[in-house]
Amino acid sequence: MGIDPYEKNWMRVSILLLAVFFVIVTIGGFAMGFQVSGVSDEVDPRTLAQTEPWANPGLREVAPGEYEAYVVAQAWTFNPRVLEVPVGSKVTIYVTSSDLQHGFKVTDTNINMQIVPGQVSKLVYTFDTVGEFPYLCTEYCGTGHATMYGTVKVVAGSGTSGSDANASTSTIASSSGGATTEVTR
Amino acid sequence: MTVLDQPDPQAPAVPTRQAAPARELTEQERRFVGWHLIVAIAALLVGSLMGPLQAFEYSGVNVYPWIEPIIHSYYQGLTIHGVLNALVWTTFFIVGFTNLTTIRGLQRPLSHPWINKAGFWIMVVGLLTAAVPLLGNQATVLYTFYAPLKASWAFYLGLTLVVVGSWVEGLGFYLTLWAWRKEHRGVRSPFIALGGIINAAMWQIATLGLAASILTMLLPWSLGLIDGVDPELSRTYFWFTGHPLVYFWLLPAYISWYGMLPHQAGGKLFSDSLARLSFWMFLLVSVPVGFHHQFVDPGVPQTWKWIHAGLTYSVFFPSTLTAFTVIASLEYAARKRGGTGLIGWVRQLPWTDPSVAAQLLAAILFMFGGIGGLTNASYNLNLVIHNTAWVPGHFHLTVASAVTLSFIGITYWMVPYLMNKKLWGPRVALVQAWVWFVGMIIFSNAMHVLGLLGAPRRTPLGEATYVPEAWNGNLLRVSIGGAILLVAVILYGLVMIRTAFGPKVAPEEVPAVPIAESIRHPQLTPVWLDRFKPWLLGAAVLLLIAYGPQLVDQILNMHLNAPGASFRPW
Ligand code: HEM
Ligand SMILES: [Cu+2]
Ligand SMILES: [Cu+2]
Repeated sequence: MGIDPYEKNWMRVSILLLAVFFVIVTIGGFAMGFQVSGVSDEVDPRTLAQTEPWANPGLREVAPGEYEAYVVAQAWTFNPRVLEVPVGSKVTIYVTSSDLQHGFKVTDTNINMQIVPGQVSKLVYTFDTVGEFPYLCTEYCGTGHATMYGTVKVVAGSGTSGSDANASTSTIASSSGGATTEVTR
Repeated sequence: MTVLDQPDPQAPAVPTRQAAPARELTEQERRFVGWHLIVAIAALLVGSLMGPLQAFEYSGVNVYPWIEPIIHSYYQGLTIHGVLNALVWTTFFIVGFTNLTTIRGLQRPLSHPWINKAGFWIMVVGLLTAAVPLLGNQATVLYTFYAPLKASWAFYLGLTLVVVGSWVEGLGFYLTLWAWRKEHRGVRSPFIALGGIINAAMWQIATLGLAASILTMLLPWSLGLIDGVDPELSRTYFWFTGHPLVYFWLLPAYISWYGMLPHQAGGKLFSDSLARLSFWMFLLVSVPVGFHHQFVDPGVPQTWKWIHAGLTYSVFFPSTLTAFTVIASLEYAARKRGGTGLIGWVRQLPWTDPSVAAQLLAAILFMFGGIGGLTNASYNLNLVIHNTAWVPGHFHLTVASAVTLSFIGITYWMVPYLMNKKLWGPRVALVQAWVWFVGMIIFSNAMHVLGLLGAPRRTPLGEATYVPEAWNGNLLRVSIGGAILLVAVILYGLVMIRTAFGPKVAPEEVPAVPIAESIRHPQLTPVWLDRFKPWLLGAAVLLLIAYGPQLVDQILNMHLNAPGASFRPW
C-alpha cells in the first residue's frame, strides 16, 4: 500500500521501543519483585465487624521480623491509624473496606492499592528506612476524604516501648533479641 | 531528510476525482449539527469554570463557602467538572462533528435524518435528567460514580439515555454509509466519513460495559430493588468502557489532524492508507485494555493485568503512526509554503490562523501527554502514580488539551460555517489558544510533580491535613496555572458568543469545511482498509480472548453484598 521508507523505519523503531518497555516491566514485576497486587481474598462487607481477623485489625507478628497488618478502611478513617514496626520488617499488608471504595497509598514506598468492599487487597513490603510514612486515602469517599490517613512508623530496631501508643495504634515492641514481642492495640 | 525527498507519488491509474463542486451542508443540516455544538460548548464553559476553583483550593483559596447556595462542596463542583467536560462536552461535540464529517465526507444527506434527530433528543433528555440530581447535590459521586457510592437513580438513568441517544445517532451514520456504498460500488469511502463512523462503532462496543453496570446493578440498586452491588465487578464493567472512552474523544481530533488540518495548513494528507490503518487498529485494540486502570485492584489476577499492559502498548502504536503521518503532512504543507531546514519549516505553518494554531498547540501538548500515558500503562509503574495528582496532570494534557484545544480550534471554523458568520476576533482566538497552552503547561507540570511526591487526586489539598510543606510551591503553581486557564476559558466564551451573535455574512466569506486530499489517490488504498467486517470480527475475537475469561469469572462469582455507606457520605 505504498509505505514511505522513513515511515517504515519509524514503525520498526516504535515497535521495538514498546517491546523493550514491555520486557522491562515484565522483568521488574515478575523477577525483581516490583509487583502489583492481585487476587487475595473475599470478605462480606456487611459482617466485617464480626469476621476475624477484621474484627481486630492491627499488626500480628508471624515470625521474627515478619508481620501481618490488617487495616480496615471506612469513611473516613483507617483502623488502625498507626502501624509501628521495627526497621527491616517484612510486612504483609491486608486492607479491606466496610463501606465504600477507598485508596491505600503509603508515601515514598511502592505500596499503592485500590480498596474495594468485598475484596481484600494484599501487598508485601519490607520497610528498610527509619521514619514516618503516611498512608493516604487516595480514592474519593465523601466529605471527609481529605482527612483520611494513617501513618506507618518505622522505628530503630530496639528499645521501642509501646507506652505512647493510643487506642488505635498498633505497636510492635520487640526487644533487641527479637524474642519477646507484645502487640498493643 | 525530508518527506519531500521522496519520489513523487505514482500517478494513479484510477478514476479521477469528481470535479463537481462539493456538496456543503444544507441550512437544515447545519442547524441540526449546530444544536449539538450549543449543548457541547455550554457544557464546556460551565464545566471548565469549576476547574480553576479546584486549582485555587490547592493553595488554600477556598471559594466554596461563597458559592454555597449553588455548589455545595469541592466534590460537587468536581463531579460537575468531570461530567460536563469529560462526558457532555465531548459526547455532544463528537456526535455533532460526526454528523458533519459523514454528510460532508460522503457528500450526501443522512439516509434517515429522523433517526439522528431522535438520537439527539434522547441525549438531551438524558442530560436534563442527570442534571437535576447533579445540581441538587444528589449525585456527588464524581464522573466515574464508583459503586457503592449511591447517586440518585435519575443520574444513572440520565447517563444511560445519553449513551443510548449516541447509539441511535450511530445507527443513523451506519445506514448512511451503507446507502452511500450502494451508490458508489468499488469506491473507497472518504476518510473523514469513514473515521467518524469507525469511532461510532468502537463506541458502541465499548459502552456495553457501562450499560451492563448501570442496568444490572446501579439502576436497580438506586431504585431500591436490590440491596447491594458488587463493586469490583462494577469497576471491571466501568473500565471496559472507560479506556475506549478516551479514544472516542481522541479520534475526532485525529480526523481533523489527518483529514482537515493539512488542508488548513496548505498541504495534503501524507498517507491515506496509514491514516485508515491507525483507525482500524483503534477499533481493534481500544477496548481490551481496560485492566490498565485496575492495575492495583484486588480481585483481578496479575496475569490479566499484565496482558492488558501489553495490549495497551499495542494501542500506543497507532498513535505513533499518527505522529509520523501528521507531522509529515504538516512538513509537506510548510515546505510548499517555502519552509526549509530540518525543523525550521515549522515556522512556515500558518500560525496566525487561530484554528490551525490551536490544533498545533494541542498536538504539542499531546506529545507530553502520550509519554505520560506510556508511563501509566507500564504495569508496575502504576504503583507510583495510581490515584495521585499525576493522573489529572496527565489527562489535562490529553482530553483537556489534545482533544479539547483541538475541538476549540475546530469550532473556530465550524461555528462560522454552521451559522454563516465570520469568526469574531481572530486575534483574540489566537491569544486564547496560546493562553490555554501556557496555562496548561504550568498546571499539568505541577500536577505531575505533586503526584510523584505522593499527593492524592480527587482531594481538596488545601483542606487536607497531611500536606507537607514541601508540596506548597507546586500547589501554588497549580493555582497559577488555573488562573491562566480561567482567562483562556473566558476568552473562548467571548469569541463564541460574539461570533454567534455577530451579523450574517455573504456566502463567500463563510469558511468551507477544510478537507485534505491525500498525496496518493485514495483508490490506491487497499480494499481491506475500507471494510468493516474483518476488523469488527477481529475486535470481537480479541475481546473474547482478552476480556472474556476474567469477565465471565467475575460475573459467575458475583456477590451483590456491598450496600454502601449507611448515610449519605457527601
Ligand atoms: C480550564 C481549565 C481547567 C482547570 C483549571 C482544571 C482543573 C482541574 C483540577 C484542579 C482537577 C483535579 C481535581 C482533583 O483531583 O481533586 C481537575 C479534574 C478533572 N478535570 Fe479539569 N480543569 C480544567 C479543564 C478541564 C477540561 C477542559 C476537561 C475535559 C474536557 C477536564 C477534565 C477533568 C476531569 C475528567 C477531571 C477528573 C475529575 C475526577 O477526578 O473525578 N478539565 N480539573
Ligand atoms: Cu477517601
Ligand atoms: Cu486507559
